[in-house]
Amino acid sequence: MDAITKELLVQTSDLHAIPQGAYNIRKDGKLLSRNCSKEIQIVSKQDRDGIDIIIAPNTKNQSVHIPVVITQGGLNDLVYNDFYIGENCDVLIVAGCGIHNDSEQSSTHNGIHTFHIGKNAKVRYVEKHLGLGQTNSGKILNPTTEVHMDEQSYFEMETVQLGGVTYSDRKTNAVLQANATLIINEKILTTDAQKAMTNFNVELVGENSKVEVTSRSVAQNDSFQEFNSNIIGKAKCFGHVECDGIISDRAIINSTPKISAQDVNAMLVHEAAIGKISEDQIIKLMTLGLTQEEAEKQIISGFLS
Amino acid sequence: MKTIIMLELQNINYSVRENGVEKQILKNISFQIQDHKNIVITGQNGSGKSTLAKIIMGIIQPTSGKILFNSEDITNLSITERAKKGIAFGFQQPVTFKGLKVKDLLRIILNDEFDCNECCTYLSKVGLCAKDYLNRPLDNKLSGGELKRIEIATVLARQAQLNIFDEPEAGIDLWSFDNLVNIFQEQNATNLIISHQHKIISIADMVILLNSSKIDKIGTPDEIIKFIDTTKKCEKLRGIK
Ligand SMILES: Nc1ncnc2c1ncn2[C@@H]1O[C@H](COP(=O)(O)OP(=O)(O)OP(=O)(O)O)[C@@H](O)[C@H]1O
Ligand SMILES: [Mg+2]
Repeated sequence: MDAITKELLVQTSDLHAIPQGAYNIRKDGKLLSRNCSKEIQIVSKQDRDGIDIIIAPNTKNQSVHIPVVITQGGLNDLVYNDFYIGENCDVLIVAGCGIHNDSEQSSTHNGIHTFHIGKNAKVRYVEKHLGLGQTNSGKILNPTTEVHMDEQSYFEMETVQLGGVTYSDRKTNAVLQANATLIINEKILTTDAQKAMTNFNVELVGENSKVEVTSRSVAQNDSFQEFNSNIIGKAKCFGHVECDGIISDRAIINSTPKISAQDVNAMLVHEAAIGKISEDQIIKLMTLGLTQEEAEKQIISGFLS
Repeated sequence: MKTIIMLELQNINYSVRENGVEKQILKNISFQIQDHKNIVITGQNGSGKSTLAKIIMGIIQPTSGKILFNSEDITNLSITERAKKGIAFGFQQPVTFKGLKVKDLLRIILNDEFDCNECCTYLSKVGLCAKDYLNRPLDNKLSGGELKRIEIATVLARQAQLNIFDEPEAGIDLWSFDNLVNIFQEQNATNLIISHQHKIISIADMVILLNSSKIDKIGTPDEIIKFIDTTKKCEKLRGIK
C-alpha cells in the first residue's frame, strides 16, 4: 500500500494497519482488499458496482471497515453498498472516504449506502470525509444514506467532513419503526470556496420512535453551507434537531430545519443558531492566557470535536 | 518592613454613551492592594463592581486612569498579557461552550503538564468529583452551581498571583459555602473577591465599599459593616445578619 493510501486510511477511518474483522477497501473505483468473518459476509453485487454486507443476527462487538480512497484525478466513482444487519446485533461500521487529488481534473465519489437494521439491533456508523491535494481541482463527495430501522433498533451516525472537500451533497433518509432510536451527529468544516449541502429526511412512523440530529458547521473564507432537515412525526414520537453554525470572513450558512407533526402526540423541536464565535467565549479563554487567535482555534476545534 | 503593593488603581474612570447621553459607571476609583491578602469589594447591585473587576482583567478599557500590577503599568496590556503576568478571573456568569469539555479548559490552563491527578485536586477543592466532571461538556446541561464551581476551579488551577472572583458564592449551596470560604483562606495568593456575603466579607483583610460608581469607604470588615448599618446605604447588605 502506498503512502497516500495509508494516509487517507488513517485520516478517514483511523486505520493504522489492516483492520481486525471484516473489511472492504476500495481504491480508485476497484476492490483493493477484502476480508469476511464468520458472522459478517461481504459480497460483490452482480448488477452494479457495490457490495452487500450481511451481518448475522446476534453478532456482537464486531466491526466492519469499508473505506474508500481515491488517488486519481478525473475519476467519477459510483458505488452502492447495502447493509443487512440482523436482529440483536451490536456492531460498528466505519466508512471513511478520502480523495487525494493532485491533478487538474476533478474526482468524485458517490456512495449510496442503504441500511436495513433488524429488530433490537444496535449500530454505530462513522463516516469521515476528507480531501487532500496540491491543486485546486474538485474533490467531490456525495454520500447518500438510507436507513430502515426495525422495531427497537438503534442507529448512531457520526458524519464528519474534515476539510479539503470542494463540494459535497449529503442526503440522509430514515424511516423509524416503533421504539427505534436514531442519533445523528454531523460536523462540517468548509474553507476557501467550498460548498457543502446537507439534507436530512426522517420519518418517525412507529410509536415511541426517536430522532436526535445535532449538526455543527464551521464555514470560513468564501465557503457556503446549506442545511436542510425535515422531521416528520406520524405517531407518538420525539424528534429534536439542533443546528449550530459558526461563520467567519465572507462565508454563508443557510439553515432550514423543518418539522412536521402529523400526530397529536408527536413532539418535535428544532433549534438553530448561526453566528460568529461568541465574544464571551474568546474572552474567557484569553483570561486563561490564550491569544485571541489561539482562543478561536480552540473554540472551533472543540465545536467540531 | 516595607509593604509591597501588588495592585494599584489610580483614578479609574469609565463611562459609556447611552442614547447620546454620557453615563458614568465608575468615578475616580483609586486603591492599593498588598500581596497575599483577601480583599472584598461589596456594594449595591449596579454599583459598578463587575465593571471594575473587568477593568483590572483588561476585559474593559477604562476611559481614563492607570492600573499598576507589581509596579508595572498594565493599563494598555491585553487580557492575554495580564493573564500571563499572573491575573486570573472568575466570571459572575460562567461562560458556556459547545464542544469544549471541563478537561479541555483544564488542559489549556495546565498546558503540557496536564495530568488527571492535578485536575482532580482543583475539582475536588470545589466539591466536585473529577471522575464525573472531566468529560462533561461545559454547556448549559451543567447546573448553575456546577458551572460556578468549575469556574472557581479554573481560577485556582491557574495558580496566579492575583485571583479575581466575581460573586463566587452565587449559586453555591449552603453546605459547600464554608468550603468556599476555606479556599479563600488557604489560597497562597491575593484574592480580590466581589461578594455580598457577610461571611466572605468577614474574612477580608480589607473591604472596599462601592456606591453609585464611587468608592464609599475602604476599611476592615467591622468598620464597613458598621458603616453600612449606620448609614443604611446598602439595602442588600442590611438584610444579612
Ligand atoms: N456597556 C454598558 N452600557 C451601559 N451600561 C452599562 C454597561 N456596562 C455596565 N453598565 C451599567 O453599569 C452599572 C454597573 O454594572 P456592574 O455590572 O458593574 O454592576 P455590579 O455592581 O456588578 O452589579 P451586581 O451586583 O448586580 O452584579 C449598571 O447600572 C449597568 O447597567
Ligand atoms: Mg456584578
